[in-house]
Amino acid sequence: MLGILKRREQQAANKTEGTAKKTRATAAQLRAQRDISELSLPSTISLTFPDPDDILHFEATITPDDGYYKGGVFRFNVNVGPQYPHEPPKVKCTQKIYHPNIDLEGNVCLNILREDWKPVLSLHSVFIGLQLLFLEPNPGDPLNKEAAEDLRNHPSAFAKNVKNSMMGGYVKSVSFDNVLKN
Amino acid sequence: MAAVEAPDYASGPRWRDLNRIFQREGGFHKDDDEPYNPEAQREFIKNKGKILVIGAGGLGCEILKNLALSGFTDIHVIDMDTIDISNLNRQFLFRASDVGKPKASVAASFIMSRVPGVTITPHYGAIQDKDTSYYSQFTLIICGLDSVEARRWINATLFSMSDPNEPDTFVPLIDGGTEGFKGQSRIIIPGLSSCYECSLDMLTPQTAVPICTLASIPRQPAHCIEWASLLEWPRVFEDKKLDTDDPEHISWLYETALQRAREFNITGVTYQLTQGVVKNIIPAIASTNAIIAASCCNEALKLMTNMHNYIDNYMMYTGDEGVYTHTFQHEKKEGCPVCGEKKTTMMEVEAEWTLQELIDKLKEKPDVQLKRPTITKNGKGLFYQAPVQLFESTKANLEKKVNELMQSGDVIDVTDPGLPFSVSVEIIFK
Repeated sequence: MLGILKRREQQAANKTEGTAKKTRATAAQLRAQRDISELSLPSTISLTFPDPDDILHFEATITPDDGYYKGGVFRFNVNVGPQYPHEPPKVKCTQKIYHPNIDLEGNVCLNILREDWKPVLSLHSVFIGLQLLFLEPNPGDPLNKEAAEDLRNHPSAFAKNVKNSMMGGYVKSVSFDNVLKN
Repeated sequence: MAAVEAPDYASGPRWRDLNRIFQREGGFHKDDDEPYNPEAQREFIKNKGKILVIGAGGLGCEILKNLALSGFTDIHVIDMDTIDISNLNRQFLFRASDVGKPKASVAASFIMSRVPGVTITPHYGAIQDKDTSYYSQFTLIICGLDSVEARRWINATLFSMSDPNEPDTFVPLIDGGTEGFKGQSRIIIPGLSSCYECSLDMLTPQTAVPICTLASIPRQPAHCIEWASLLEWPRVFEDKKLDTDDPEHISWLYETALQRAREFNITGVTYQLTQGVVKNIIPAIASTNAIIAASCCNEALKLMTNMHNYIDNYMMYTGDEGVYTHTFQHEKKEGCPVCGEKKTTMMEVEAEWTLQELIDKLKEKPDVQLKRPTITKNGKGLFYQAPVQLFESTKANLEKKVNELMQSGDVIDVTDPGLPFSVSVEIIFK
């Protein structure tokens, strides 16, 4: 320690004032950079970066090409925190939609976004997981209980409700956002 | 209390015990570069060593007291919290009349009033508010923290500022931590030992309950509380952020959770449990704090004076199974994003090259070998291979000259499918 300090003193004496501080990218930024630059997304998933220099906050858009939700455009805010990949990214749907696994506030029930998240997963897994929710909504993990019950007990009524809601109509006196492609 | 006397390092009774320790070198100690010199060591502690203590809570109080009594005279302490009544059972530098005041300043003035000759400089604020120019002024940093996030931050900060060519930038870290009867202390030396990030996998993952369980079939009181904080709060108070230190907010959560618990015939929701769940409070035991703080300060003394070998590099204490401690060398993790594999390499470029030419040369560089590199500088994208939007917004840079995008000496971060993590490349203009 003393030896180190001696060298430190010399350094301090020689050092001129105001040397530039180096800011470095954080571990979360680097990991997100790696995840994002290696994405090979299907045409049904796209990303928008409001600030291209901020890869930790962006929007993901899912346009399912099959299933109940075909024809809809679903938008999510993705927020990659400083603890990423130790903690999962935070994902919220920005529209009010009728879906068994997404509540009216946009909270999403997807196992890999919470209890089954692991650092070996990546943003790619998150987007694929989100898409799966639209291809195969899961009545077993309900966040919108009524939608889940409809899907389980009256699939044809559920399909009709989805259609109505996607057009911006009402389902059981709750109004939903229009999410149809223009 | 007797009248405060000026410290007498040579013979005063306050220094008698310390002098005895300083008299001779520890039995197993051997360091040819720095032969043991008791006078120089004492002088060093007294006049040169400058220590930062991060956290003035359970561990912090113990650490500050130990350091002051070990002869250190220039101590800084940083803490962002104020004193809560529940702290008083173990955070012995605080009194009931201090409730609501910043921990750092109360702790500093208490120690200074008791220990003559020590100066403690308090900082009331978050560690993230200070930059590397602040942290590099210290000889040593000791952490008594309660969060993974803060530890990762200080660890990464100390590593990022340590430059092998500038000893001035190199600050060792001693990290203490306790949880109930268990505790640990470890020494992290940038560039030599493994770092906090290397051991991240050892942390027990927080058990999370599926959000749909919270929403539809709660079974435990904690489920009701999590439901109230995670789902109900944002729904009811759309844009108001939940402040877990605000008693009104906690009361609201408590009432809401209690009502939900009643609906599902669940008992056991209390105000205290509510606080515990949303603030993620873990039990704190005063004796564990004392043991861990003692270990941290012991290591600080050894590191700073060279009187004995310091631990290499991790000590675990498991007080619920006896007084056993286990010390081992925690190894560096290959590919650790903070200290590991992240090679820094240097590359000489022509200032007149385009970014495309730079990338082509980078691909040929034998020590990196890239396929489809993506390049950023300080987190800002210079060129992205994917996704489409970032490729489109950065592809124009490919035609730009290198000297328009960076200066000689800048470091760029490169990720590539062929790399385990990333490479930093220092760009030097020919």
